[in-house]
Amino acid sequence: MKERLQSIKQEAITEIEAADTQKSLQDVRVQFLGKKGKITEVLKGMGKLSKEERPVIGQLANEVRDEITASIEEKADLLEKQAIEEQLKEETIDVTLPGRPTHTGGPHILMKTIRDIEDLFIGMGYEVAEGPEVETDYYNFEALNLPKGHPARDMQDSFYITEELLMRTHTSPVQARTLNAHEGRGPVKIICPGKVYRRDTDDATHSHQFTQIEGLYVDEHITMSDLKGTLNVLAKHLFGEDREIRLRPSFFPFTEPSVEMDISCKVCNGDGCSVCKHTGWIEILGAGLVHPNVLEMAGFDSKKYTGFAFGMGPERIAMLKYGIEDIRHFYTNDVRFLKQFHQV
Amino acid sequence: MLVSINWLKEYVDIEGISTGELAEAITKTGVEVDGIHGPILNDEKIVVGYVEACEQHPNADKLNLCQVNVGEEELAQIVCGAPNVAQGQYVVVARPGARLPGGLKIKKAKLRGEASEGMICSLQELGVDEKDEKFVPDHQKDGIFVFDEEVQIGEPACPLLNLDDQVLELDLTPNRADCLNMIGMAYEVAAIYNKELQLPSPTVTKADESSNDYIAVRIENKEMNPYYGAWIIKDLEVKPSPLWLRNRLISAGIRPINNLVDITNYVLLEYGQPLHAFDYDRFGSKEVVTRPAHEGETMTTLDGKERTLQPEHLLITNGEKPHALAGVMGGQDSEVQDDTTTILLEAAYFDPKTVRKASSQHNLRSEASARFEKGVDLARVKEAAIRAAELYEELAGGTILGEMVEAGSTEREPVQITFERHEINERIGTELSIDQMNDILERLRLPYEQQGEQYTVTPPSRRNDLRILEDMVEEFARLYGYDHIPYTLPTGQSNKGGLTKRQRLTREVHAYLQKTGLNEALTYSLTTEEKSKHFVSPEIQTDQEAVKLLMPMTDLHSHLRLSAIPELLSSLQYNVARNQYNLGFYELGPVYLPNEGEDVLPKEELRVAAAITGIWENHPWQGEKKPVDFFVLKGILEGLFENFLKDDVVFEKASLDGLHPGRTAILKLNGETIGYIGQLHPSIQKDHDLDETYIFDLNLEMVFAHVDETPDYEPITKYPAVSQDLAFVVDSDVQAKELEQTIYQSGQPYLKTIRVFDVYQGEHMEEGKKSIAFNLTFQNNERTLKDDEVEELRERIIQEVKATYKAELRG
Ligand SMILES: [Zn+2]
Repeated sequence: MKERLQSIKQEAITEIEAADTQKSLQDVRVQFLGKKGKITEVLKGMGKLSKEERPVIGQLANEVRDEITASIEEKADLLEKQAIEEQLKEETIDVTLPGRPTHTGGPHILMKTIRDIEDLFIGMGYEVAEGPEVETDYYNFEALNLPKGHPARDMQDSFYITEELLMRTHTSPVQARTLNAHEGRGPVKIICPGKVYRRDTDDATHSHQFTQIEGLYVDEHITMSDLKGTLNVLAKHLFGEDREIRLRPSFFPFTEPSVEMDISCKVCNGDGCSVCKHTGWIEILGAGLVHPNVLEMAGFDSKKYTGFAFGMGPERIAMLKYGIEDIRHFYTNDVRFLKQFHQV
Repeated sequence: MLVSINWLKEYVDIEGISTGELAEAITKTGVEVDGIHGPILNDEKIVVGYVEACEQHPNADKLNLCQVNVGEEELAQIVCGAPNVAQGQYVVVARPGARLPGGLKIKKAKLRGEASEGMICSLQELGVDEKDEKFVPDHQKDGIFVFDEEVQIGEPACPLLNLDDQVLELDLTPNRADCLNMIGMAYEVAAIYNKELQLPSPTVTKADESSNDYIAVRIENKEMNPYYGAWIIKDLEVKPSPLWLRNRLISAGIRPINNLVDITNYVLLEYGQPLHAFDYDRFGSKEVVTRPAHEGETMTTLDGKERTLQPEHLLITNGEKPHALAGVMGGQDSEVQDDTTTILLEAAYFDPKTVRKASSQHNLRSEASARFEKGVDLARVKEAAIRAAELYEELAGGTILGEMVEAGSTEREPVQITFERHEINERIGTELSIDQMNDILERLRLPYEQQGEQYTVTPPSRRNDLRILEDMVEEFARLYGYDHIPYTLPTGQSNKGGLTKRQRLTREVHAYLQKTGLNEALTYSLTTEEKSKHFVSPEIQTDQEAVKLLMPMTDLHSHLRLSAIPELLSSLQYNVARNQYNLGFYELGPVYLPNEGEDVLPKEELRVAAAITGIWENHPWQGEKKPVDFFVLKGILEGLFENFLKDDVVFEKASLDGLHPGRTAILKLNGETIGYIGQLHPSIQKDHDLDETYIFDLNLEMVFAHVDETPDYEPITKYPAVSQDLAFVVDSDVQAKELEQTIYQSGQPYLKTIRVFDVYQGEHMEEGKKSIAFNLTFQNNERTLKDDEVEELRERIIQEVKATYKAELRG
């Protein structure tokens, strides 16, 4: 009986080793450990044994059964691992192949430039003010100290719709409208973005439609130095902390004094190059202290209130920042152009 | 305005200041210098030579052997190939060691066996290019340059020809008309550098004979012509101006003509006062009458063109016929000619607006009109005439007849600006002391009185731009220097700032649409008349024409858009023509709805329009390519509505111009149309070279008006939902939305959601029939639904749908 058990064990181990799938291993399990299995048969035959032999053989049979069970489990683990490895191998992909494209839309670079400037000023407590693109002659010109007959308001430079209505030539009428709405009480802190229109023939540097963004701050005790400080924040935000600014006198009918702001040329760092026309400086925007006539016309006491205003062209800023060579790109919507600025 | 440095040096000492430095200082203080031209050439080894003898080179037919006096003891022998070289000429000689533009270095040489000590130069060899050459008389252009006059032998030739000069090109702002002349620039530079000024103080010898005997002056309209002076100068000889005067004109970009004309131009540049010289003998009367033109009156100007005039134009007449369009251009009949001996010199002040109207209407912008238009200095009108008379005497042998005959006045309403020191400092943000302020006023040469903190400035007429306190703020700021003004930020009460709800919602729409894969596009608001008529959303009244411009520059941009779609389609077409086929654009911005009534602003309505075409779903290497369809764009809109609206937007089948009749819907919110969606009509797709293209145009004003951002919170129920599927066979024209509504109503109170999950038509389906399958969810938030409750609702739904649509329950 003992020999029989030993040989069953040898036989089982050989078969377990030979099993190469979970299925054949299961067959081995049934063959040896099942209800009609070889071990069970031995145990069934124990009735024929003597009283002394029975516990000895019983114990031995249990031991053999446990050993076979352990071997089967061990083999099962092994087979499972092999199976997983096999599966992983089969599932291996070329990770360098391109991914499935998702839909990536994005903003227009001009709108992005405008929003960026809006957000900078919102952070400083400004509101965003908007106004109509078709304007009255009054708000576009007269309220801005450009009375009828003023040389700077030539019919030839504007798109008129009637004698009294025109496509606004700048976003400044929004300033006049907002000042009016404040009925002589400051502070007024606004940033005014929008589309404007001039009678220009479209070419690489001119566009009959373009955008502007203007700022206005009217309160008691506003100074030229406040303007300088504010423009410095703006210039560094747009063009980098290492840029210097300079103000130089200029002329706009709605500000007095009027200035233009230049930034130091990034290409040559102020030494002079073709980008800055060998001056070391690049013109960015116009600004000034709000003309007292503009304040008075809007109902503000120009002895009590002063203010500054500034205005710039997002096209010019984007062209300078990214080296865009033709203003028409902004309105052609060539997708190869638009997509380049989605990550900026 | 072009400013010669050599000329400027006559008035103000700027020795030791480099031109670049000067340009930067001028720019920072008030007048932008746009460029610096020259010097063309400055080499002391280039001198005046006198050709003592000139004979043919013994060994070369085409060469000459010249003996040239270059101011040294010995004559220099120079071989010269120019055919125009001759004995007795004053020429320009480049001596050995000289370097010519282009790098040519002059050396002693032997040419065909003869020694040559230098080179006789042409203007081209001296670096005078075509641009400058137009100022040179024709006879000096070819071959070597020959002086027309006697010049000092041996003298450096570059300064003589003004080749050593540098010229500043100024970009003057309209307020700084005071810098439109050399004297004004001298004031400006003297103020910047705190220098002395050397200004001309012209004097003339006046003959006993009086101009009054020759001419009288009458002004008919004092507003158009506040002052007119006429001076008679006799015994004149017309000839070329001397070299120095020609150089001055050339440096300012004015072509020398002859001494009579050049003198008026010179004084114009020096004083900023345009003068006009009429040939007195051709003037035709003894009276100057300045008057508004008669309606339709004509005259022929110097350029030979006949001008038709209006009463808003001012004429200089001889009492009968016009001789000049005042301040703009003289007439042909009284033009100075080679035989002129007596001139009538005009020195006048013309109203800027009157001159501007004439010059712009007749497209005659000149150096003179540019100055009159900005207002000349009243105080300088007479002095300019004296300066011119002095030069006529000196350079043309003229006899000045007595005093100038005058009408009107050069008096002007005096301007006084009174302020306290703190008013200046408060506006600049500085602490300028009394000393600093006085110093600035002295440098600017502005007459002022200062008592303690109180200032009264009386600006002279040359600074007509100084009128109010703020003008003085600018003067102090610019002379103190913008660089020295501190950087501060306003310290007033703080605002919260930020976006309005509408602005914030607008940004959210942008962000949402970009997330769905659309690219933001910008197109022009001004479109063609034809395009303005198409793709206008049905809720916009279309019986009215789009708003149009009075005078469009081009038909391409004549009308204001009523929809962004036409221009977006052009953008798609542009891209397809460049092999970019898969495109999704949207544009958010106003359209311009005409309003009733004259001079009423159009209504600007915020809308968003989108256009998509090409492949939408794409797997680059597994061959999956799904073109865009109606439901892609509809899904984008549905997502937008879900984000912003609680009310349902209904997509109602519609037929609109330009769109596919079977694939178009109008969008309705609470019964009102707010836009449309659809496929572009195949014939229009073809016109634009587009594949299937889908568009929408949506009124954002209406969407924003219904935005309700307060969430309707419902606690999440712990009772389970029951899901049921139902499929019906119906006629194929029955719309899913109708079925859905019937099901929803029949399924109350527990039917929560309905979702279409299958639509089938075709094989195994009767002709004209389709199957639609719905997934229904039932739920009671208070308790668990019982099976028979669900079963009852399900049965009710089935019966209702069968009855309403003659539907059959499928499988
Ligand atoms: Zn540079």
